[in-house]
Amino acid sequence: MAGVAVSTTINGDNVEYLCQPDETLLDVLRDRLGLTGAKEGCGTGDCGACSIILDDRLVCSCLVLGAEAEGRRVETIEGMAHGDKLHPLQQKFLEHAALQCGICTPGFLIAAKDLLAKNPDPTEEEIRFGLAGNLCRCTGYDKIVRAVQDAASVMKGA
Amino acid sequence: MVEVTLWGSLGAAAGGKNKVEIEAKDIRELFRKLAEQYPGLEPLIDRGIAVAIDGTIYRDTWSKELPKSAEIFLLPRLAGG
Amino acid sequence: MNFDPRYSARNFASVGTRPIRPDGVDKVTGRARYGADFNMAGQLVGRVLRSPHAHATIRKIDTSKAEKLPGVKAVITAADLPDLTDGDAAMYDILDNCMARNKALYDGHAVAAVAAVDARTARQALKLIEVDYEVLPHVTDVDEAMKHTAPVLNDTIFTEGLEEKPVKPSNVTKRTQYGHGDVHEGFGHADFIVERSFKTEQTHQGYIEPHACVANVSSDGTADLWVCTQGHFVYRQHCAQLLGMEASKLRVTSSEIGGGFGGKTHVWAEPVALALSRKAGRPVKLVMTRDEVFRASGPTSATSIDVRIGARKDGTITAAEATLRYSCGPYAGMWAEIGAMTAFACYNLENVKTVGFEVLVNRPKTAAYRAPSAPMAAFAVESAIDELAKEIGMDAVEFRIRNAAQEGTRSSYGPVYGPIGIGPTLEAVKSHPHMKAPLGKNQGRGMACGFWFNFGGQTCTDLNIGMDGSVSLAVGTVDVGGSRASLSLVAAEELGIAYEQVKTVVADTATLGYNDMTDGSRGTFSSSMATISAARNATKILRERAAQMWDISVDDVVWEKGHATAKGEKHGNLGQLSLKEIAGASGKTGGPIAGHSELVADGAGVSFATHICDIEVDPETGSTRVLRYTVVQDAGKAVHPTYVEGQYQGGAAQGIGWALNEEYIYGKDGRLQNPGFLDYRIPVCSDLPMIDTQILEIPNPNHPYGVRGVGETSIVPPLAAIANAVSNAAGVRMTHIPMSPPRILAAIEAERGG
Repeated sequence: MAGVAVSTTINGDNVEYLCQPDETLLDVLRDRLGLTGAKEGCGTGDCGACSIILDDRLVCSCLVLGAEAEGRRVETIEGMAHGDKLHPLQQKFLEHAALQCGICTPGFLIAAKDLLAKNPDPTEEEIRFGLAGNLCRCTGYDKIVRAVQDAASVMKGA
Repeated sequence: MVEVTLWGSLGAAAGGKNKVEIEAKDIRELFRKLAEQYPGLEPLIDRGIAVAIDGTIYRDTWSKELPKSAEIFLLPRLAGG
Repeated sequence: MNFDPRYSARNFASVGTRPIRPDGVDKVTGRARYGADFNMAGQLVGRVLRSPHAHATIRKIDTSKAEKLPGVKAVITAADLPDLTDGDAAMYDILDNCMARNKALYDGHAVAAVAAVDARTARQALKLIEVDYEVLPHVTDVDEAMKHTAPVLNDTIFTEGLEEKPVKPSNVTKRTQYGHGDVHEGFGHADFIVERSFKTEQTHQGYIEPHACVANVSSDGTADLWVCTQGHFVYRQHCAQLLGMEASKLRVTSSEIGGGFGGKTHVWAEPVALALSRKAGRPVKLVMTRDEVFRASGPTSATSIDVRIGARKDGTITAAEATLRYSCGPYAGMWAEIGAMTAFACYNLENVKTVGFEVLVNRPKTAAYRAPSAPMAAFAVESAIDELAKEIGMDAVEFRIRNAAQEGTRSSYGPVYGPIGIGPTLEAVKSHPHMKAPLGKNQGRGMACGFWFNFGGQTCTDLNIGMDGSVSLAVGTVDVGGSRASLSLVAAEELGIAYEQVKTVVADTATLGYNDMTDGSRGTFSSSMATISAARNATKILRERAAQMWDISVDDVVWEKGHATAKGEKHGNLGQLSLKEIAGASGKTGGPIAGHSELVADGAGVSFATHICDIEVDPETGSTRVLRYTVVQDAGKAVHPTYVEGQYQGGAAQGIGWALNEEYIYGKDGRLQNPGFLDYRIPVCSDLPMIDTQILEIPNPNHPYGVRGVGETSIVPPLAAIANAVSNAAGVRMTHIPMSPPRILAAIEAERGG
């Protein structure tokens, strides 16, 4: 099967790759581009561990084809910090211990970033429903919610 | 002389006896003598069993001393998660 | 080894604080590498062919077409994994589970595997493997499997532990019994008796990271395995044994692990990956799909439990009895036995009897799940206890306080308890503000106690002091939830230096001695003990070096707050030497400074917890909402309190999912109907409230800092606490877990109609 040539932007950089028509964007990121921050937890869009932002929209990259990234803007966890300066969400996740095994963390950070971009002052309920597409098996979500609340107030103040 | 209680599946392997009296100063001696008297216990001892001494559960470390007249329980080796 | 593990009280400088974990930045930036994040040059993609039948004889497997497909480099069946288990039944079961030898014993059982140049070719190759199955009748329900009419999975199995030796093979592999006293007499003295039967469905640990590994077997017989595991030393041992390799030739590196909870304490596909690599002569990456994780790794037991408890009208329990039937999957286990041991462990009972039956069913091999077997037994017992308290007219907490085990109580599993924490957790719950929170319509409160053994085990640590004064600590217990932070705190505490000066890493099997797995709540308990021991050994050397630098006797040097100090009037003008200064001169004073420890951590001590839960039930739909949840548990000494809270909250959340929603659903065809996160519904963020935690610290006398294991106990009370809350909210006793909306609705309607 011939490959599809794709030209896209990932975390602000122009990127080109060749992929199979039936390859997911998740597979492209992980296996072709070495961006293993997005994880495959289920492959069917149920766990959110593969969350990325595609043109300002939060999506599961396992449900997007690699070819669909053509001409669009992709943001992954690898682009969240700026050099050695962590994003407030990343910093707060660390301070609140909002991660134990950490496998769901990249997905949560992307989803939380998207949530706060659209709703900078969410209530606890809005945070909980906004993050309901990301599964965590370790934390019970308590410290994740607190970290997002804390980051939201830091980001509002800044 | 210590009184050893064998619990659960260990009792069955000792021919149904639950309480035995053994002269032993440490776990190694205890296991050796148990295996001699109750050969059915030997494979279980080899696999590893837990030893409760006066209520605290220990591993089967040979050198662990058995205090005189301590209450000794042998329990199956358990798995955690 | 002169290490004294006994507790001695002290004022802590580092232990008990809440710094950021050393592996944290990598985890929030996506840099941390988990099982599937590693690649080797030239690697192939491994995929496994799995039985679509719950029970079938494998007559023939024809792999010829698959082998001929371009891009396929190896195809294996059980023939490529000869039986080297030498009579070790447990290892044989592991081998057979990794690759079926004669029969497919469950939907998802591995029957063959391929390694190919890419995923598409591997998938195509699987389709070309022809398996001739003779489908057999199957049984998936634990009670059905015990009937004499049930299809027998293994006709060489005759139930052990029965009075009369059985003549017919059975699916019941073993009967075990625990207890003391005379329950018959005890029930005779009871004024009130509650007798109930309960059922719990099978659940999965639900870790978000599927099993993944990269295996490379070289032509000289050495091999490398990168794998997500809770115990890389155990994986090495098992894989080496199954493949006929010397363990020292197999180097296992533990990746970061994306959750385990007991499910990654057993090998599943790793021996297969190694066998594929051996045959293909190239590295093989084998990652399970989510579907495979559910169908072919190790979920819990499904259970069926009968409980009978009697008490006098003053609230004293006079007799307690339980019969526990636990499913083991297709291979023998001791799951019911552990349930039988833990069922009444919270209570002070004169007469108690528990009987456990291990039952084979055509489901995947049961594995440990966080305090294995205890949650189900606690559900049954705590539900009956609640009902009994109500009948007598006593408050649920008071009834438990009255009957709680204490120091000197003969436990239901045999030994007499030393100092234990169940009383304190109950008292803390009694006065907790949660108990005063107002309840509205259709809302109910429930509480429950839980018990778990904690483990010690073989542990090694290496503590190396760099010439710049930084400390490297290498440990062998896989970090599942932040233990590198806790162990760094312990090293800092013992050496008297700043937390930031310590860097803790998890070593691989070639660079550190044997370590037992991170299970049984032993990670921090055991490795902290070995770290303290290693640090004390290093401190001895630091003192010797300081003595050398000062040219005085080492007996005159003490180690205090990270410095060597010369004691005695004659040394009054010597000042102090910091760890950094001594380390800086180490090249001249005798070389690198290090402390090592190899020990068997022991005396972990048992653990108790009490939970409170408020639930709202919608009587029209049966759906539930968790309003409030509180965990009270004894940690001995919380090294890093935030991570201890995390363990409490995580265990509670898993218990909530188990109580309200999670279950394996099998069709009549014996196939798993819901092997995915959509229909195997674990709690999401919007399902839960904040989970309040209270850490009690009753020092463990067998650990220098008083540390107890904490990881597992918090999953034991939730099933019961929630069942009690739902029963109170809905006005009907719930006896079947999970209490999903259809079950609650059916119970409400039956109560209304009946």
